[in-house]
Amino acid sequence: MEDLHALEERMLAGIEAAGDLPALEQARVAALGKKSPLTQAMKGLGGLDIDARKEAGVRLNQIKRKLADAVDVRRTALERVELDQRLATERVDVTLPTRPEAEGTVHPISQVLDELIAILADMGFRVVEGPDIEDDFHNFTALNIPPEHPARQMHDTFYFGADEAGERMLLRTHTSPVQIRTMQAEPPPHRIIAPGRTYRCDYDMTHTPMFHQIEGLVIDESTHMGHLKGCLIDLARAFFEVEDLPVRFRPSYFPFTEPSAEMDIGCSREGGGLRIGHGADWMEILGCGMVHPRVLEIVGLDPARYQGFAFGIGVERPAMLKYGIPDLRSFFDADLRWLRHYGFAPFDVPSLAAGLSA
Amino acid sequence: MKFTLSWLKTHLETDVSLDDIAAKLTAVGLEVEGVRRPGDELAPFTVAYVVEARQHPNADKLRLCTVDTGTEQVEVVCGAPNARTGMKGVFAPPGTTIPGTGDVLKKAKIRGVESCGMLCSEREMGLSDEHEGIIELDPDAPVGTPFAEVMGLDDPLFDIAITPNRADCLGVYGIARDLAAAGLGRLKTADIEPVAGTFTSPIDVILDFPGEGPRPCPLFLGRYIQGVQNCESPRWLKERLTSVGLRPISALVDLTNFLTIDRNRPVHVFDAGKVKGDIWLRLGQGGATFDALNGKEYVLDDTMTGIGDESGVISLAGVMGGEPTGCTMETTDVFIEIALFDPVRTAATGRTFNLESDARYRFERGVDPAFAGPGMELMTRLVIELCGGEASEVVVAGAEPAWRREIAFRPSRVKALGGVDCERSESLGILTALGFACEEQEGGAVSVAPPPWRGDILGEADLVEEVLRIAGFDQIPAVSLSPTAAERSRPALSPTRRRLGAVRRSLTARGMSEAVTWSFMPRQHAALFGDAPDALVLANPINAELDAMRPSILPNLIEACRRNADRGLADAALFETGPVYTGTAPEEQETVVAGVRAAAAVPRNWHGPERAVDPFDAKADALAALNAAGVSLSGLQTGAEGPAWYHPGRVGTLGLGRNALATFGELHPGVLAELGAEGPMVGFEVMIDAVPRPKAKATRAKPPLAASDYPAAERDFAFILDGGVPASEVERAARNAEKSLIKAVTVFDVYAGPGIEADKKSLAITVLLEARDRTLTDPEIDAAAAKIVANVAKMTGGVLRG
Repeated sequence: MEDLHALEERMLAGIEAAGDLPALEQARVAALGKKSPLTQAMKGLGGLDIDARKEAGVRLNQIKRKLADAVDVRRTALERVELDQRLATERVDVTLPTRPEAEGTVHPISQVLDELIAILADMGFRVVEGPDIEDDFHNFTALNIPPEHPARQMHDTFYFGADEAGERMLLRTHTSPVQIRTMQAEPPPHRIIAPGRTYRCDYDMTHTPMFHQIEGLVIDESTHMGHLKGCLIDLARAFFEVEDLPVRFRPSYFPFTEPSAEMDIGCSREGGGLRIGHGADWMEILGCGMVHPRVLEIVGLDPARYQGFAFGIGVERPAMLKYGIPDLRSFFDADLRWLRHYGFAPFDVPSLAAGLSA
Repeated sequence: MKFTLSWLKTHLETDVSLDDIAAKLTAVGLEVEGVRRPGDELAPFTVAYVVEARQHPNADKLRLCTVDTGTEQVEVVCGAPNARTGMKGVFAPPGTTIPGTGDVLKKAKIRGVESCGMLCSEREMGLSDEHEGIIELDPDAPVGTPFAEVMGLDDPLFDIAITPNRADCLGVYGIARDLAAAGLGRLKTADIEPVAGTFTSPIDVILDFPGEGPRPCPLFLGRYIQGVQNCESPRWLKERLTSVGLRPISALVDLTNFLTIDRNRPVHVFDAGKVKGDIWLRLGQGGATFDALNGKEYVLDDTMTGIGDESGVISLAGVMGGEPTGCTMETTDVFIEIALFDPVRTAATGRTFNLESDARYRFERGVDPAFAGPGMELMTRLVIELCGGEASEVVVAGAEPAWRREIAFRPSRVKALGGVDCERSESLGILTALGFACEEQEGGAVSVAPPPWRGDILGEADLVEEVLRIAGFDQIPAVSLSPTAAERSRPALSPTRRRLGAVRRSLTARGMSEAVTWSFMPRQHAALFGDAPDALVLANPINAELDAMRPSILPNLIEACRRNADRGLADAALFETGPVYTGTAPEEQETVVAGVRAAAAVPRNWHGPERAVDPFDAKADALAALNAAGVSLSGLQTGAEGPAWYHPGRVGTLGLGRNALATFGELHPGVLAELGAEGPMVGFEVMIDAVPRPKAKATRAKPPLAASDYPAAERDFAFILDGGVPASEVERAARNAEKSLIKAVTVFDVYAGPGIEADKKSLAITVLLEARDRTLTDPEIDAAAAKIVANVAKMTGGVLRG
């Protein structure tokens, strides 16, 4: 029997020399298999006396463990090489495109409504809605608009045919009828906004027969014009995201408010483009005023006790101003090129916490 | 409303700057839309002397002028017939923008001779349409001085927007009154001296209005002036009118325009020589024709107030005078009309004829009822001053309508309603300056009588506005709004609106783009999608294509897909959230989410082939929308039926019990063809209002998680079924076979074809089995499998595939 040291060296060399996993298996069988010199030697231990058996047993076990470890180490190494070789053949061209996926866009009207609602909800306004098809009472009479008012004529208002009683329904010309419906349905205090579609017989560069408005109404026993100013200044500055946006209130006239005002924001038209903020010009963005005592009377509120303000702001025009959208009519074309360009990503949800716009 | 600074200053004594006046106008509610400074525009134009005018060597109709501009002598080619040696004209050097054309003048060779500037006509200067010749200036005009200065054209022109309630500011005097009240100067108030009449007017006036109701003409003042000499207006009057864009005609006509704009007092002057007999005013002139001053003939209806004489209608009350009785240069006797006309009737008449006039504009807003008399005296004075003549006594028909009223005013309301601390004395001072009569009452209230020119002031809130606007809205301190505790603890959005937001963003994330389309559509399109009842057809649509309220959003989206395909974007995926209408009552308006996908759902790509849209794309959209709307999809049933605008074999309805929540499917090729669209297109409609409201919950906490710690088992089954058995029935039969153990049933294969009998299909499902408290044993799983096979056989006739 050869010298145990030499045997160990020879077997280790065999394991080290194994070039692939089958060769390693051969080397393992040669070193540790049943017929291996080492196994044979262990079998021969029984013939030795007790001391010699103990000494030889320790020695043989050391060798066995060493060889087994060497096999493991070599196997790991060979496996790694084999994996590397396989992976090397599995290369793909990662510059190729992914499977087609599409993301749509949220319409600017929805986005801007969400923005305005986020701001106004933070002031305590609740969102309510009313019908698009209205009657004369809610759209005009209750808002102190007399029958002979030009707005009631066919050229401004869309009417339906007269019913048997001669009454004609109409498409609301503003969201103000929701004020009336709200005050009729519930007792004060009120702090509501009413977004929705509105309609007027007008179709040119700057008018579409359908457009959107948000109506606001605050009714309680103490709200005055200072609150109106505070609310609307805060709204304009938050919406346009310009902290020191110049604003001004001009006396104006609406049949359903008294006093009435229009609100302008500062802008600049220098160089052809329109820029919101400090500049030489003003741009009107909304109409507002203290709810007319007559309107309060009509809905059954005592004007000696209740008062408050109302406002109406368009949606398309602020959207155009804020996001640089040039043409009003394009809002309703459903042109995918326009929707993709001016629309908003689905998870761009406006919030005061995250900021209204990115 | 247009007026010049110098015109304003005839009524307002002020030395305030132009910018400050403009700012104050806007601040008091007379919004300045523009201030034009013609002096700036006309600055390059100067007075020039034509040293010599001679024939152009190469053109018969052109002249060559040597022009002294005051600084040099230049050669100018001129085509005007009146260009001649020794005249003074208006010279424009090269580089000048010509107001009349907007062109920039260049040095140019005209028929071989260089022209170094231009001698201008009135049209080129933007002053009138006159282009017969060049402007001839007074021989005394100093050469080299600015033309605008010489002509008094450097007068700034205001253009202000007057709200419908402020009729009083449709006269320059009223504007001056507002500015004076706002502290910008002193209002020049001069009493108008009456002119004594020396004879009785030969023309009488009869107001023939029997019956009740608002008087079509409560007051008509007339005055005969004999022996007038109509003439060209003096320079001051012509300049007044041209400064605001009116064309001077003759003194008599120009004076009516002047009073209209200066005092908001429309006046009409008849040529008395052409009036036959007395003048009457009455309704019921239906069918009568009238030749108006604008050269057109109008046929009256019975609601209009006609002014007539023995010959018939000669004037349309408050709107326009008549041609046959109009003044000419030959007029020698006139009859002046100063009247009050019913605003509503005047507006209606003007609207019927689509006839705009300065008179109608003012009468329909309301003129000062107390100024008829003084207006008549002022007009008489001016006529006599310019045209001579002798005035009759005033003919008075009717009476000044009652306008005096008193309003109880608590000055404390300025603070309570207006939010601004304004001293009582300041408030009353403002009202007094505006012409209101204030009388202190016991208890601190004030009785305020509005002046006759403020017919718009009806209540205390109006008085608060007067004080606020003159004090300035900028004096009102802004107070931010904070929500109350109650407002903080409840959502701002209604459940429906909250759901719509989630649906919108969910569909967008699925690749659909949100559109907003008209609420109306062509009636024939509406008819394809349900109903287009007469009640929902507009009486006055914007055009015939948009005449019916939509019963569905789908047609608009299909059309939009078609338009996009025309632009090369065939693979469109569009949705809209919005109203549809079944009637005109509020409850007949429903909120719907609808979507359409067209052409390819998956475009050609290197991973796989193109795939056309199919009903399952629409079903997935509908399910995603319902899920986002808060509907639990596990309870949802799919019915294989739906509206007629879908393919009859590729349509489905999603519902909870009998409550249909959505429809989906491939759009009917016939319907698409009617809309001119190419298929395939699939679509869906979710009836968001039909989604059950979330139940009110006592707590926001979710129930504990019930997850098993033991492994689940999966078993596959394939059944041979009749071709018509819905997959959902197999799924339901399998799920119900052993409810306690079966967690999920999923169809993973459907096959029909070789190896399967005709009219049969193979449907393969995988079933997930799991127990909460133990690992399932093989005998348990086998027992469950047997129940599944038995129940599928019982419920659907399906046989386990061998």
